[in-house]
Amino acid sequence: MTLYIARRLLWTIVVVFCVIAITFVVFYLLPAGDPALRFAGKNPTTAELMTIRHRLGLDKPWYIQFLRFAWHFFRGDKYGWPGLGYTYASGSSVKALVFARAPRTLFLIAGASVIWLVSGVAIGVLSAVKRRTLVDRLAMGFALFGISTPVFWLGLMALYIVWSKLGLTGGTGYVSPVDSITGFLSHMILPWTVLALLYAAFYARMTRNNLLETLGEDYIRTARAKGLTERRVIFRHGLRASLTPIVTMFGMDVALLVGGAVITESVFNLQGLGYLAINSALQQDLPIVLGVVLLASVAVAVANLLVDILYAFLDPRVRYA
Amino acid sequence: MTNPPDFEVTAGGAIALQSIAVARKTPRRLFWERLRQDKAALGSAVAIVLLVLIAIAGGPLSQWVTGHPQSQTYDSMTDAYGVPLGPNSHFWFGADSSGRDLFVLTMYGARTSLFVGVVASGFAMLIGLVVGLTAGFFGGIVDTVLSRLGDILLAVPQILIAVGIVAACGVSKSGCLHGLLQPGLTVVIVVITLFSWSYIARIVRGYTLSLREKEFVESARAAGASNFRILWQEILPNLMGPLIVYSTLLIPTNILFEAALSYLGLGVPVTEASWGSLLSQVSSSGLYNVAWWLMLFPGMFLIITTLAFNLLGDGLRDAFDVRSER
Repeated sequence: MTLYIARRLLWTIVVVFCVIAITFVVFYLLPAGDPALRFAGKNPTTAELMTIRHRLGLDKPWYIQFLRFAWHFFRGDKYGWPGLGYTYASGSSVKALVFARAPRTLFLIAGASVIWLVSGVAIGVLSAVKRRTLVDRLAMGFALFGISTPVFWLGLMALYIVWSKLGLTGGTGYVSPVDSITGFLSHMILPWTVLALLYAAFYARMTRNNLLETLGEDYIRTARAKGLTERRVIFRHGLRASLTPIVTMFGMDVALLVGGAVITESVFNLQGLGYLAINSALQQDLPIVLGVVLLASVAVAVANLLVDILYAFLDPRVRYA
Repeated sequence: MTNPPDFEVTAGGAIALQSIAVARKTPRRLFWERLRQDKAALGSAVAIVLLVLIAIAGGPLSQWVTGHPQSQTYDSMTDAYGVPLGPNSHFWFGADSSGRDLFVLTMYGARTSLFVGVVASGFAMLIGLVVGLTAGFFGGIVDTVLSRLGDILLAVPQILIAVGIVAACGVSKSGCLHGLLQPGLTVVIVVITLFSWSYIARIVRGYTLSLREKEFVESARAAGASNFRILWQEILPNLMGPLIVYSTLLIPTNILFEAALSYLGLGVPVTEASWGSLLSQVSSSGLYNVAWWLMLFPGMFLIITTLAFNLLGDGLRDAFDVRSER
């Protein structure tokens, strides 16, 4: 087990390294214009541009910049460890900026993931148990609608109906729970629900399919033959086996949202991590993009690792040598 | 004296009776029989045909019927503050934020969405098929590299990288990579393909791995067939079912991907209408408390399209009897 974890940890580091390298290639080899020009002010002279390029480290080839980035990461910079560098625009700490935005995204993911996991699995179980009834059809109709709907459309419609017309919730923007807990909840309830709906639809479909497949197994017949209640058969014997793939998906989905909740963040103007990265990408403030991508890929890699370890506990058949 | 067995298990896993009283059913015939009974799938197939017709002729036709050119702005359709006005008898879907006819724009939008979704999925299918076949059939280093590459692609924040590429290749007229990637539709399609081929490759690899061990492959090999012949004649035909199903299911995902990119203002150029970019006007101009028509009509078309492809994909999956994966 220890050897397995060590090997996985090593691979995790390789993955994060590759992701950062890909990001570097995309943003530094295919530049959308010259960052120095953007941050040089009006009508810069060639000498001024050279100075700025030198200050931002842009006069070096990309692999030197990459090594420098990695070096700063491990050694730390003047804002401590891990060093994520300085923004082009103001020279302030990327780490401070990323950490300031991270709670917004993390709160969004936390609330939405609870909603989608609970409702998705519940709908899936209900659908499988009441197979081929009206309940099943309605539930699967909902699920199909969920996976076919763009999240930004749902968000805009929710804002229009619930906030603008009915005035039931807060509008766009983010309110810190430290400032006002009710304000926080009333601004988060729509993003949570909208983001959760898409995933709930996927989870409902997957839970239903897995459970139906499991319920056809021999050991389920044995459990029924033993005279167990249907409730016990489904929850103790059926659901446990069908939950393993859902655990995998859940870990990955949550982690991918760290840098991938861009659309929801942008519809509701939450200004979280994804939104920060997109805006910085458009303004060519590359260190910020790298900082967010680094955090996002670490989240995915760690989630991957956790899921694999959790597997051994959920499914006694899995043993790591 | 050995009689042939009274049934045979076909490659798709279906059992076809061979006794004299019951007609023999080929997998193809079973497929059509199942599909014909699936009303939802047939309905969505009809809807998709209609959408394709709209994509081909809807734009020019709507322009001709309403007499409103696509890029023409109408002052009468915005109020004194520049806020667009809703549907009326001349402008059936109302106006967009600059006062253009939303009906005409929505019809033109079908072209972009379908074109990008179908073409990107087609490329992803081709690449995924080749890579997945190679990895699954030959195994070894190709297989290792593929699954590792898949791991890495999975950890990449796709939308961020997509934004990076589209932004880089979209700003200048000459494109990027020495003009290899032109701005506009091309770069959007390339980016979407880049992030979707590995999904198909993984599925093809899985099927190839299990098909490779089947008896009919063994017998072909015993008969002296070359690797290429086995791939082409034995494995590929058995892959067609899953390949068609998952490519159909990839189309709505990619249509939504294009819409998301356009929503972020990075998809197709503004001169070409796209449902995603029409919806993005709602956000960028802060119109979500007024212009319901700007959300409703492009959104409805987008949802009907993705819903139709998803329903058709589900129906094809049941008809081909492909084991569902998620």
